[in-house]
Amino acid sequence: MNAVFARPRAMTEQKTHYCPGCTHGIIHRMVAEVIDELGIREDTVGVAPVGCAVFLYNYLDIDMQESAHGRAPAVATGIKRVLPDRIVFTYQGDGDLASIGTAEIIHAAARGENITTVFVNNAIYGMTGGQMAPTTLPGQFTSTSKAGRNTQSAGFPIRVSEMLATLEGATYISRVSVHNPAHVIRAKKALLKAFTVQKQGLGFSMVEVLSTCPTNWGLKPTEALAWLEEKMIPYYPLDEVKNRLEV
Amino acid sequence: MRTLMKGNEAIGEAAVRAGCRCFFGYPITPQNEIPEYLSGRLPEAGGVFLQAESEIAAINMVFGAAGAGARVMTSSSGPGISLKQEGISFLAGAELPCVIVNIMRGGPGLGSIQPGQADYFQATRGGGHGDYRTIVLAPCSVQEMVDFTYWAFELADRYRSPVLVLADGVLGQLMEPVTLPPELKPDNGNKPWATTGCRGRKRNVIKSLYLNPEELEAHNKKLQEKFGLMQREVNRAEKYRVEDAETVLVAFGISARISMAAVEAVREEGIKAGLLRPITLWPFPEGILQSSLPKAKKVLVVEMSAGQMVEDVKLTVSGKLPVYFYGRTGGLLPSAEEIQTQIKLLEVKVSERSLCQA
Amino acid sequence: MAKTGWVIFAEEQCKGCELCINACPKKLIFLTERLNQSGYPVVGATETDKCTGCAMCYLMCPDLAIKVERWTVP
Repeated sequence: MNAVFARPRAMTEQKTHYCPGCTHGIIHRMVAEVIDELGIREDTVGVAPVGCAVFLYNYLDIDMQESAHGRAPAVATGIKRVLPDRIVFTYQGDGDLASIGTAEIIHAAARGENITTVFVNNAIYGMTGGQMAPTTLPGQFTSTSKAGRNTQSAGFPIRVSEMLATLEGATYISRVSVHNPAHVIRAKKALLKAFTVQKQGLGFSMVEVLSTCPTNWGLKPTEALAWLEEKMIPYYPLDEVKNRLEV
Repeated sequence: MRTLMKGNEAIGEAAVRAGCRCFFGYPITPQNEIPEYLSGRLPEAGGVFLQAESEIAAINMVFGAAGAGARVMTSSSGPGISLKQEGISFLAGAELPCVIVNIMRGGPGLGSIQPGQADYFQATRGGGHGDYRTIVLAPCSVQEMVDFTYWAFELADRYRSPVLVLADGVLGQLMEPVTLPPELKPDNGNKPWATTGCRGRKRNVIKSLYLNPEELEAHNKKLQEKFGLMQREVNRAEKYRVEDAETVLVAFGISARISMAAVEAVREEGIKAGLLRPITLWPFPEGILQSSLPKAKKVLVVEMSAGQMVEDVKLTVSGKLPVYFYGRTGGLLPSAEEIQTQIKLLEVKVSERSLCQA
Repeated sequence: MAKTGWVIFAEEQCKGCELCINACPKKLIFLTERLNQSGYPVVGATETDKCTGCAMCYLMCPDLAIKVERWTVP
């Protein structure tokens, strides 16, 4: 046997609470694999968000803290400043990071805080039942934009990666997707780079992962992957948005 | 050796001497000398000073640092402390130790930058959402700013709980000679629950979320037992001439200092007045207050608010004595003369309670 | 040098989302009529001798319900 693909060491045995086909599970697994590959499981402290990924600490077999809604980058800053030789990361959804926690993520990036953020963008508030998010696409139906997001009254979705890339303190920012195996492989590489940036002490790194919410999008999981590819990627182009040090 | 120090700076120095090497804050008057002092002192001592983007970010940085095992502090004033309440509730829920200083100003809203004491309710009732309390210490001199800040770190670690130091703009700006305590070495050890990376042990998780109602109730019971323990173990107040006092004043912080002068003055005129100064505002020193009323006929509460601590005094006195209130708001201090007048009014008009009974 | 693989499904972890079905380049995975204890229909594989161990199914499974072993046959 030359290869085994199985549950990474950094994941617990616990079955996730996610809806069928929700791609959070794929992203969790990639984070755990990166932790294993870098050999940092015992030196890592993760910060869980509020939202669907609130129970991240049940699934990753590492030290973790919860944080209030949107505050994960501030909590991570507190941890990292006390323990600069540990690897500290946040895992946040788009409601958490791009709405209630906008200030925290911008300033963590601006300070060049040596942390990594895994930003899961599924264009909706999942945990609370599918309300409009700052990332909801124009015309997208949600439980608080029943006629589709009206940009006249609700404004436009935020491209967080491009916005943060303008900040000097941001070292590595990449937007990836998990809608097919090839993109999952690319996403994993981006995560590995982001954690490596931190390990080398090079400053703030973030990977925005386009993700699905089949339940609240009202689609079958396989249809949701197609929707992501057709609708989300044109608005949120996949790119290494910033790689200041050519890592 | 005694050193002349400003109240706010004294808090900063006391924190460093208590082994605190971590401060996260945001500028707001009248507490700015605390971050200003620590922005120089902490890096010098090998510590972390970070001016956060907001009060909310600052308290959440405190959350992270406390969870990582550090002795950590933040400071602010009314409007900023209101913003921090979310984080304080999370700190209490997750049982993380830290010290929070509130140099009170006038409220509500933006209020003023003059001194006030109207954050008493917010401080002693938890302040944020959910069932929790925090220990609240009320200094009345620069020396006590030092001593109580130092003590606050010890209490925070002992009970794994946020501890508030509740002072006001006068004490923050006041300069007095102080004796500084010995410098403790920063010790992040002996916190086996801290999230420091799970080397050689099972992973630690710091959280306040329990979706299972039975689990959350058990967590709440555990917290309530801890608050009960605090109530039994942490009770401090200063008695001043209460043994024969017929009028017992109750005041904390700067109001207590002024009230003490008023007691002195009316004693000169033969009026038997005394003062009880609560030092721990929560737990409220009920037993000490009850034992301060052997000859009391009435109680007068003096605050720089529209009347907040007076409710705890009434609960403690439990209808056995009339409880009166005198307060100033808006950033104004009650003068010793005003308080003397109130004491004398009570002497002559004790039957006409409607005049000023709270 | 040919590749051959072996895929194992942890049926109790499976939520029947079908992401692995679409991911399999050989179309070997299908949804069975078996329900697991959580009430989800679980996936199974057919003609497993054709599995190359490419692990595309593993990559797309959100529930760590798939383990893939791969051998290189000289």
